[in-house]
Amino acid sequence: MTARPPVYEKFREVQEELDRSGAAIFRDHDGVESLVIRSPYSINYIHSYAEDSEFFLALADGKLRGSKCTAKKCGYVYATPRGHCMECGAPTQWVDLPLKGRLHSWTTCHFGSEAFLKETPYNLALVEFDGVGSVLLARLKDCTESELYVGMPVEARFSPTPKYSITDVWFVPARSEA
Amino acid sequence: MAEPPAGSDKPYEAAALGAAGSIMPARSRTRTPRRPIRRKTARPAASGNRGRKVYMVTGGLTKFAKAHPAMDFRLMVRRAYDYALKGIPNLTKDRIDGTRISYFSDHFTRQLKAASMVQDYLGMNPKGSVRIEWGGATGGECFQAGYEAVASGRMDVCLAAGFETMSRVATWKGNEFIALASDTNYDFPLGGFYTGYYALMVIRHIYEYIRRTKFAGITDEREAQRRAIAEGQRIMSKVSVKNHLNALHNPYAQYPKRLTVEDVLRSEMISYPLTREQICTMSDGAAVAIFCDETRAREFTDKPIRVIGVGTGTDTMRLADRPFGRVPLMPREKPSDYADLKYPGVHSFRAGRAAGIEAYRMAGITNPNRELDFIELHDAYASSEIQTYEDLGLCKYGEGYDFVERGDPFLKNVDYGFPVPNAGAIPVNPSGGLIACGHPVGATGLMQGVFAFWQLQGTIRKHFGDRALQIPNARRGAIHSHAGTGSAVTVSILERGFRP
Repeated sequence: MTARPPVYEKFREVQEELDRSGAAIFRDHDGVESLVIRSPYSINYIHSYAEDSEFFLALADGKLRGSKCTAKKCGYVYATPRGHCMECGAPTQWVDLPLKGRLHSWTTCHFGSEAFLKETPYNLALVEFDGVGSVLLARLKDCTESELYVGMPVEARFSPTPKYSITDVWFVPARSEA
Repeated sequence: MAEPPAGSDKPYEAAALGAAGSIMPARSRTRTPRRPIRRKTARPAASGNRGRKVYMVTGGLTKFAKAHPAMDFRLMVRRAYDYALKGIPNLTKDRIDGTRISYFSDHFTRQLKAASMVQDYLGMNPKGSVRIEWGGATGGECFQAGYEAVASGRMDVCLAAGFETMSRVATWKGNEFIALASDTNYDFPLGGFYTGYYALMVIRHIYEYIRRTKFAGITDEREAQRRAIAEGQRIMSKVSVKNHLNALHNPYAQYPKRLTVEDVLRSEMISYPLTREQICTMSDGAAVAIFCDETRAREFTDKPIRVIGVGTGTDTMRLADRPFGRVPLMPREKPSDYADLKYPGVHSFRAGRAAGIEAYRMAGITNPNRELDFIELHDAYASSEIQTYEDLGLCKYGEGYDFVERGDPFLKNVDYGFPVPNAGAIPVNPSGGLIACGHPVGATGLMQGVFAFWQLQGTIRKHFGDRALQIPNARRGAIHSHAGTGSAVTVSILERGFRP
């Protein structure tokens, strides 16, 4: 390249230039010039669900699997699975969770990470279940921000085409009380 | 919520003490304990007497900015380091025994072992060093790592340095990197968005503490919650106004701004109910603090500041796993204050409470509002500033919103555009906090340390070129650093180590 990259005094313009040509010069208030280049990076991880595998396989069968502590004196039940109990340290076993619960809390995200921006706005919910000592984070669909409230009954829906992700399950407002 | 099984309802107090006791007690080198320390029973820690006395003798930082394209992380740290050493002729590189260097994310830096490059650039080789990382609390952990190196007797002089270069990716990619600090099996794939997680927490906080009190009389659940949220948003906006306005007098701040409550409420909705002006931004920046023992502290400066208390706490990585147990109590609280409260749930930061209890106990503090002159706390969100007032015992759980309305955390000599009757009671984030100063993660906790240091030295005017933020005769202050959804928190307490 014979010509120097174009010079900008606004960092936003530098970013735009990188999208176009891959190189720009930023000049700051003191007249100092810095060369800035675009540097791409992408990777496909080999991600094992390991001891959590059962949960993600069960979603494909339309089931929610939680964990129950095997210690008789403890018996803590977790809506989000974990291999060992956080209270007493004993191993847990798999249990079926109810498919109906209530909103423990919720929000509507109008922005998100780059990977999820195209899905905005989307709702997140922490769902509580009777007889279970912890909650589950999930997407909440088929409803609008204005109808949501803490305590609202919700029920699970499962993807007919599983991607083996936590997004294979989501919740909708329940037709009947949980 | 279902009752948690009996096992989860253990008094947290005992658990917190167990954790504190497991930290290697730093003792004078000549004294050895006759028998192993028993950890079965809870016992109060010796107050302020764990190891050697440690002083902070100087600090420095770069301005925090959206981007510093003319400085990479090495040069940023070098600038902060040069500033710290300026005016202390006896404190030269050869007097520094080793370093602790912090940054949060290799993703942002796209350079593994970036801390080694800082060590190298400062010419510190072959002295000892280690990289510190603990999410959003990275800077606070680095501050304490520097303290510990001296308290243990391993070093006489330790440099703690932190930085972050978040400008290396676009904002929404940056949000994605930060969200990788949430469980990548269960949390990240749902939207990977930290503002969303804090929104979930504050919706529940508002439900517990506004809906169930102020609006208890309204039977329409939806209507009552809607009004409670509007009330919460209005009060959170006052925190945002406070921090942005304070920062107008802080030349290091990234976003000083004159705002009204209406401006904050009208700014873009990011994740309901949090608006853009209630959330901190991405930043580039660096900060350093230098710690040493008493002898060297007196040699280097006539205004040393002693670190009299340190505390740390942790909680589950996943919000969804937070238990529903009992509140670990601060000195002025009784179990009956919280008879009906399931704690921490997702509404409060148990790690912050644990860190506060440990640090207060070590510093011998029983009434933080009276015994502290200011607090620099981790306000990544206006909501988490209010939640943190309660964790740190500045008010009881449930009183955080009233605490703002009364004006306790506001400065006396700043006009906020609304009445703040108790202003000056216990100023919180006099510097402007993360919301207005920015949050270059690995530097943030150290930045708080530097601001607190200058406050206690009484040198705010010298460093800011403006005395508006100087708290008159500040004798003792606290800094508070916080990682993802409260999964880790540090609290450190600093005290003037000289007679003014």
